Amino acid sequence: MPIIEVKNLYKIFGSSPKQVIPLLEKGESKSSILKKYKHGIGVNKASFQVEKGEIFVVMGLSGSGKSTLLRCLNRLIEPSSGEVYIDGEDITKIDVVNLREVRRKKIAMVFQNFALLPHKTVQENVAFGLEIQGVKFEERMDKALKMLELVGLKGYANVKPKELSGGMQQRVGLARALATDAQILLMDEAFSALDPLIRKDMQNELLSLQSKMKKTIVFITHDLDEALRIGDRIAIMKDGTIVQIGTSEEILHNPANDYVREFTQNVNRTKIVSAASIMRFAESITLEKAGLRTAAKKMNDLGISSLFVTDKENVLLGAVTIDEVSRMLREQKGDLREIIDKDVCTVEPDASIDLIITEFLKSKYPIAVVDSDNKLEGIVFKSTVLSGIAGEGGGEHDA
Amino acid sequence: MMLSTKLPIGDVMEEIIQWMTVNFAGFFEGMKQGLSQLISGFQSLLNAIPVFLFILLFVFLAWWVAGKGIAIFTGLGLILIHNLLLWKQTMQTLALVSTSTLIALMIGLPLGILMSQNDITYKIIRPILDFMQTMPAFVYLIPAVYFFDLGTVPGAVATIIFAMPPIVRLTNLGIRQVPKDIIEASKSFGSTPFQLLFKVQIPLAIPTVLAGLNQTIMLSLSMVVISAMIGAEGLGNIVLQGITQMKIGKGFEGGLAVVIIAMILDRITQCLGNENPKTGKMFIRNLRTKKKNKSLRGGI
Repeated sequence: MPIIEVKNLYKIFGSSPKQVIPLLEKGESKSSILKKYKHGIGVNKASFQVEKGEIFVVMGLSGSGKSTLLRCLNRLIEPSSGEVYIDGEDITKIDVVNLREVRRKKIAMVFQNFALLPHKTVQENVAFGLEIQGVKFEERMDKALKMLELVGLKGYANVKPKELSGGMQQRVGLARALATDAQILLMDEAFSALDPLIRKDMQNELLSLQSKMKKTIVFITHDLDEALRIGDRIAIMKDGTIVQIGTSEEILHNPANDYVREFTQNVNRTKIVSAASIMRFAESITLEKAGLRTAAKKMNDLGISSLFVTDKENVLLGAVTIDEVSRMLREQKGDLREIIDKDVCTVEPDASIDLIITEFLKSKYPIAVVDSDNKLEGIVFKSTVLSGIAGEGGGEHDA
Repeated sequence: MMLSTKLPIGDVMEEIIQWMTVNFAGFFEGMKQGLSQLISGFQSLLNAIPVFLFILLFVFLAWWVAGKGIAIFTGLGLILIHNLLLWKQTMQTLALVSTSTLIALMIGLPLGILMSQNDITYKIIRPILDFMQTMPAFVYLIPAVYFFDLGTVPGAVATIIFAMPPIVRLTNLGIRQVPKDIIEASKSFGSTPFQLLFKVQIPLAIPTVLAGLNQTIMLSLSMVVISAMIGAEGLGNIVLQGITQMKIGKGFEGGLAVVIIAMILDRITQCLGNENPKTGKMFIRNLRTKKKNKSLRGGI
């Protein structure tokens, strides 16, 4: 039996939501209902099930109704119509007292902006859920300390939340949610306010905690990468409607409609950013014109350890390293030609970043970008790949 | 549309006051007794403390809460008041201000909390507060005299009415300013409305409430001269004598004492809500944390 089951859930903002539902069923759009009847559509006929121990991600852009949907699961927002079964019990029908019991024991929540109490210490914050339940001081502080240890913040028990960084504050938020031993965790854009690197850390942390604790997690995000990374299944929302539910494979390979397809195209910048867009001007020497000394001087001047060698047509011949060049200079014999390493990895200008990354694994040199005639067009350094993924433009010279 | 006859608002008001004077005589008498007991209680308490000890206590308090500079000012200011032979009147004024502030708090805090809970109470209470704050004080001094006779009590009543709005308004504001996501978080863990109010909303509203307390104290001090007109004792009386007897010097000395007391009380109450620049902790919360840490050491 699924631990969460949502059936035909509607949330309509306005004075008479019930009258709007038939219009939605007839297929009127969100915008026309807002215009004609002054009712906002939060959630439009959402139905899904979440199995115990699953991470279920709801993904959508802002305004798609994903946060509203999440808040209907613990009735922070009252649904207009429909059923929400938690452990087989329809919580839309229960009274306030029972609802509080469900919130205390069965569902815990993590918030985008952490929502910690500024006047309480970290430990008291983590113990807050238990304090609300009336758990004794010593017992709840003990439990809170254990939870802090779990999220790696044991040493910070007695500081105030605002003394912590964003990532640490959200760990406190997570510990607070875990402290009540609720089986269901609702996470509302829990990592969206964090730096990309910290966000990755937190995603890993969540996954490793999940492998131990086997919670049921409903995770809201607007970031498809995040959804694909942590979700066992993903629901994609648009204008209050769930347009597709499936595993990441299903979403990527069988998008239900153009909207989802458009999303998945942008899923990963490494697949769409090309070598041409991030490559830099390639410093090189022409074999016919230059000798060992020119090569050594050029590398010294630029402070680089290897250099591409081309012929006078600018066709890439290979690379030389400063070590080889200086060895030849010391021994005072030989020729540049002898030490050219032909084993240079090359890509074409339209190659994607993830291809470049696999090339880097094989290559001792920066990657050369060449056209179909093997003429040198540019160079890609490891650092430019990173900035390319991060979305910064390339083009300037920097070696 | 213009009416041809004047609406008898004034006449109706007079009728109401007359009627209340007659029918609520017992109630007003009781209130008068209670208030005058409270004020004279405060007064005899303040007078029982030797001047020297009183100054020392205040200097210590100022030092503890607000730092060295304010403490020095407090000491010098109080010595000056004593030197001007205004000590007795100052204590009377302090007793009046303390009583008024205490009662304004007792009524104002619950009213502010009530006002913050929903928009209906807000819409009802707000115009009443506007009325209390902007209706010229002399207008309700007269009915106060009707109800309570001349003396310190009607002065205290007028002071309470005038000084209460800030504490109500700022309590309401402080509670409404609590971030929405913190309220949501508290609800999501299953807090009752009562828990939400006392564990989350009020603690987070404290700095704003303290700003309201500060304003309330300042406003009660500003009423001392006005209430002296209907016979309240204290520094206001000195100022009033200065005015009516054309003794500019005496009036100035009385006024100066009011200013000194106002500045001392203002600086001390302001610092209650401030954060300590060194520890980043609020003075009031600092006290609480200290207490809790003690119990923590025992617990874990």
